[in-house]
Amino acid sequence: MAALIEITGLTKRFGTFTAVDGISFHVERGEVLGFLGPNGAGKSTTMRMLAGFITPTDGSARICGFDVQKQGVAARRHLGYLPEGAPTYPDMAVGDFLRFCGRIRGFRGSELTDRVNHALHLTALEEVRLLPIETLSKGFKRRVGLASTLLHDPDVLVLDEPTDGLDPNQKHDVRGLIQSMAATKAIIISTHILEEVDAVCTRAMVIASGRVLADSTPKELAAMHPSGKLDDVFRKLTLQEAA
Amino acid sequence: MSAILTIARRELGGYFATPVAAVFIVIFLALQGALTFNLGQFFERNQADLVPFFNFLPWVLLLLVPALTMRLWAEERRAGTIEFLLTLPVTQTQAVIGKFLAAWAFTAIAIALTFPFVITVNYLGHPDNGTIACGYLGALLLSASFLAIGGAVSASTKNQVVAFVLAVALCFVTVVASTTLVVNFLSTNAPGLSAIVSRISVADRYQDFTHGVIELRDVIYFASLISFFLFLNAVVIDHKRAS
Repeated sequence: MAALIEITGLTKRFGTFTAVDGISFHVERGEVLGFLGPNGAGKSTTMRMLAGFITPTDGSARICGFDVQKQGVAARRHLGYLPEGAPTYPDMAVGDFLRFCGRIRGFRGSELTDRVNHALHLTALEEVRLLPIETLSKGFKRRVGLASTLLHDPDVLVLDEPTDGLDPNQKHDVRGLIQSMAATKAIIISTHILEEVDAVCTRAMVIASGRVLADSTPKELAAMHPSGKLDDVFRKLTLQEAA
Repeated sequence: MSAILTIARRELGGYFATPVAAVFIVIFLALQGALTFNLGQFFERNQADLVPFFNFLPWVLLLLVPALTMRLWAEERRAGTIEFLLTLPVTQTQAVIGKFLAAWAFTAIAIALTFPFVITVNYLGHPDNGTIACGYLGALLLSASFLAIGGAVSASTKNQVVAFVLAVALCFVTVVASTTLVVNFLSTNAPGLSAIVSRISVADRYQDFTHGVIELRDVIYFASLISFFLFLNAVVIDHKRAS
């Protein structure tokens, strides 16, 4: 069977600046790929192109075999995408927002209610379901965004910094949630927290200046530096690139 | 179709979840009432019709409709929710039409709330209610045109003030294009242009409706104007994805 995520020669240029420079990789079911890289490395741009929000300058991306440009709606049906900062409509109540997401994805009646309840349960949001999103703390808002990506139980999850702004307990919960879903999905997460890569990812990819510098398991990656620490490997790889 | 209606429903709910709905409707009714009764000399004319009402309506809509459309896309872009909306399994055409229908339905509610004028004029005399109904139909088409223009402008900027000012300016041009002042100016300075410019004016078409005349060419004119700006709206959004 083909990989759930197939990225081939994906390139994005903004004017003369190349944000993403011919990246190619596959992600199979059961893999959790961690995107690592300094700010401005091209992580978010790659994820945005995969989600169909930005049009690539060159190359292609496929989700479950559907080209995200040519068969965008079909591809996005199989995708749960959490944009950076987890934007949601602030004036909506949590429950209403999730019902909107469910309805857009074609769920109706009792199935819609069941799916919303299940997503609220997964992200521990039951107690705030009636509150407007704008009244919630940063961590809750992030979880509302996460709940909206889980509603339709997608094959592919693309999460841009899903644990940013969460407290240590919430981080732990979100990581547990990602791990529990890992076996049945292909997941890409981007993060600045290197310990997170150790904790949840089966594969780590270091990106800088729009190019892939390393792609292996977190263990192998850590072994690339004598100290055996991901921190040191990250610094070595990305500072080399900058120099 | 169901995706369009789901988006429209959420948008319409958004107007009423914020003070936008109340402020818009109150100001619209107050302005329209003051202009009709005072400047329009509703009673002094001693005629049972709504001519002054329909004469002032374009000017009030010209000012207030852009206030409604300025946030349509600019707000989504500023808050980042556009990334959420456009990565749902919907096409951008569906998103454009959904937002437009919601804004149109909201304007229709505001216009429908002017019903006391109709009751008043019916109580005082025997107006031609067919003409009045025709005028309302014209008002709906006129507001749809302004909404489509304002929506396209809003898609091109993330600054709401820019979106408002540009939309007012564009709507203003379409209203005054056939006034004697503009026609005289153009026919002396640019004779070739005057005929074309007066043809694009919405004012003349709208006037036909307020006189109780529904002409096919007027309906086609409004339909083409609205479709053109909705199409432009979708093109602008698509263009922004690539840059």
